[in-house]
Amino acid sequence: MTDNVHEHELHAYVDGTLPEARRLEVEAWLAAHPADAARVQAWAAQNQSLHAAFDSVLNEPLPLNLVRATRRPALPVPFKAVAAMLSMLVTGLIGYAIGLNTPGQAPTAPTAYLARDAAIAHAVFSPEARHPVEVDAAHSDHLVAWLSKRVGTQLQAPDFSAQGFELLGGRLLTGETGPVAQFMYQDKIERRVTLYVRRAVAGNTATTFRHATENGVDVFYWIDGDFGYALSGQIGRQAIQQLADAAYRQLVTASGNR
Amino acid sequence: MRVRPDLIEHLPRLRRYARALTGDVNRADDLVQDTLERALNKLDLWQPGSDLRAWLFTLMHNLFVNQIRIKRPQETVMEAALDEPVSGGQMEALTARDIHAALAQLPEEQREVLLLVGLEQFGYAEAAQVLGVPTGTVMSRLSRARERMRAMLAGEPAIKLKLVI
Repeated sequence: MTDNVHEHELHAYVDGTLPEARRLEVEAWLAAHPADAARVQAWAAQNQSLHAAFDSVLNEPLPLNLVRATRRPALPVPFKAVAAMLSMLVTGLIGYAIGLNTPGQAPTAPTAYLARDAAIAHAVFSPEARHPVEVDAAHSDHLVAWLSKRVGTQLQAPDFSAQGFELLGGRLLTGETGPVAQFMYQDKIERRVTLYVRRAVAGNTATTFRHATENGVDVFYWIDGDFGYALSGQIGRQAIQQLADAAYRQLVTASGNR
Repeated sequence: MRVRPDLIEHLPRLRRYARALTGDVNRADDLVQDTLERALNKLDLWQPGSDLRAWLFTLMHNLFVNQIRIKRPQETVMEAALDEPVSGGQMEALTARDIHAALAQLPEEQREVLLLVGLEQFGYAEAAQVLGVPTGTVMSRLSRARERMRAMLAGEPAIKLKLVI
């Protein structure tokens, strides 16, 4: 127990940035100082209210003019050619063939959007420290039922415990083909992977496993019946592939039993 | 010659911050668009390997400050914000309407700090870098912002909006 806790430590307590030992000391201080405890509680409620009021913006479909504004249409030609070559080297031929890394050029297959959208959703939500998911894994029955209802099929959150990943929870997103379910998993060293599930674009029946790399995020994706699945993460291509294999096996088995 | 990073994955968070900062859907997206344009123009100045997100927020901060300078003494209008849906699922001590109205009444420099730290989860040093001020300044603004919000939100079920011309 210390004699004094500095004001900035009360803020750091609220923002979760205190070292564990000091956090416990601050907690003890708060137990003995109700006025400070009330302030800290109010500040934490403010953080929560900010998320409650504005997190929905993250799920809004991106306005097209803003998506276009992220890409420069008029790159000098030599630069464009070199950039395309480099992205071939970096992302592999598959990513290039379906047009993932060529700004301003429409992907040739609709499934390419699946990988890109899944990678973006992964990049947006997996770094969130406090609100990575809308519904946590403690309520997994409710989570799966809720997402299944919204997406319009009986979903299942694959079990990755054999691969060292536990379910964190999930959230509902908006995609081009309607509602999207995102399940998030985390391993012991807090690496995260996400499974993205949405209705496939009509006419897509291929079930081949595909791989793409989007800004360093590895994505394995496949179509099963009316739905597209994409597993994303930055844990190395092979590790993601193992998880994707496991997910595919579990989900196909499940749908076979339906 | 190098591959330009894709800015698209930063769009949702830039939009969230801009929405909370301006309280207006259109003004927020205009700010995001200006930020992206400036980012593309200056992308060669960005150091690969450094935090692209912090860099983008820095650009947005500079644009926002310039806008305020031009617009003073006009105040921020939060009318559009009132129709925003409240996302469910979390315990809500305060309503979205309360939080929008209270944010609108914070001085911009305090609002920025509160949002960078409380909503966007920047560390204090990172927020200081984005805003171009010492960390001590971030801490004192944060403290003032949180206490001011507490005073505004304490006991009042809804805060009346200030009408602005």
